[in-house]
Amino acid sequence: MRPFRLYEPTTIKETVARLSELGDDGKLYAGGTELLLAMKTGLLQYDGLVNVKTVPELEGVSFSNSGTLNIGARATHSTVEHSADVIAHAPLIASVEHRVANVRVRNVGTVVGNLCFAEPHSDPGALLLLYEAEVDIASPSGTRSASVEELVVGPYETSLAGDELVTRVRVPLLPNGMRGAYLKFGYHHRPTLGVGAAVSVTDGKFVDIRLTLGSAPPKPTRMRDAEAVLRGAAVDDPAVAIEAGRIAAEGCDAIDDLHGSAEYKRHLVQVFVQRALTEAVERGVK
Amino acid sequence: MVQANEKITVAFNVNGGDVEIGVTPETALVDMLRDGLLLKGAKRSCDMQVCGACTVLVDGLPVSACTVPAFEVRGKSVTTIEGIAADDRMAGLTDAFIDNAAIQCGFCTPGMVLAAKSLLDCNPHPSEAEIKDYMRGNICRCTGYKKIVEAIQEAARKALQG
Repeated sequence: MRPFRLYEPTTIKETVARLSELGDDGKLYAGGTELLLAMKTGLLQYDGLVNVKTVPELEGVSFSNSGTLNIGARATHSTVEHSADVIAHAPLIASVEHRVANVRVRNVGTVVGNLCFAEPHSDPGALLLLYEAEVDIASPSGTRSASVEELVVGPYETSLAGDELVTRVRVPLLPNGMRGAYLKFGYHHRPTLGVGAAVSVTDGKFVDIRLTLGSAPPKPTRMRDAEAVLRGAAVDDPAVAIEAGRIAAEGCDAIDDLHGSAEYKRHLVQVFVQRALTEAVERGVK
Repeated sequence: MVQANEKITVAFNVNGGDVEIGVTPETALVDMLRDGLLLKGAKRSCDMQVCGACTVLVDGLPVSACTVPAFEVRGKSVTTIEGIAADDRMAGLTDAFIDNAAIQCGFCTPGMVLAAKSLLDCNPHPSEAEIKDYMRGNICRCTGYKKIVEAIQEAARKALQG
């Protein structure tokens, strides 16, 4: 790897000031599980890395009384997976985080870093989209918030400016009565497809629906057209889920890559949307 | 700030002993261990955190030493396979690998043993499914998985009896 300078700020303010000063020559470094791989191959080169792990304010996972999980920029996948708050309030997040990569990557890689690197073949983006999560962003000029949809705009691309730092992701719990499921599929070490479904059911009919898709398209995507056909439809009518799957498959921006052709991925989307809906409904019944 | 090519002093504990060594920021943990401290048990293989041949434990948790920078272990405890080999309390685990023929070429074995130790530390009596789930990030190209699972099961059983 090409030599780089290492900065170890101790406050958020110092971190963003350093980013501002370095401009395109510098990059934030958290777990490094994505960034350092790209730097080792020479795909990315930076003169300076700014280590967020020396900033105590960015640590940990907490649960606020308003029903929101806060995942700090330093929180690793393992921290989230084993957090008592996550297990108690959002067991789906704990179970999906447990299936991210392997135990060594989870011990080092961070959830916020994963979002900000915006690797398309990844689970946290589509999962956090299912929860309508938001990120808090700091820069030298102040703070702002953005939804995950606004943050991740394309493969390896976010809407962050060079001097902005995501300090945490705020994850509102699913509303009362809503149950979620997340299914992933793939033969490689990164997922080929991830589908999230969250549903609430009243009198045998779908009420609230969220459907999200990751890995197959260039960025985590909410499948609103497929959600629309489900709203108000009968849960026990198998044709409804098939139709939602068809619309999701047709509407998704699946790409050809080493994981398979776009056509193959659309077929997977069709099948996995149905399965994820079934699982979310069954969890609601239990 | 540490300049490129400037050395960072990394003071840490490795296999029970305190050491101090200077490394540049981009030095990977595996290179510091192998070249700086002559601990050759961790292997650089896939170099992308997939295969597990470079597994070492940092404060008891497995990491990929191929990609974790050496400076990250400042003030921490690192366990390599050399530390396991020198620790009599670990004989149950290493003997189980030998007795079950869970080793063929041996290249993946240091990583397998360290991952297994970490698993048994947090879950002393794992089911077969839990072993497979935890160990799925360690790849054996001699197709020895069945024997490896059996070795870990035996190590857990013997720890229970002993």
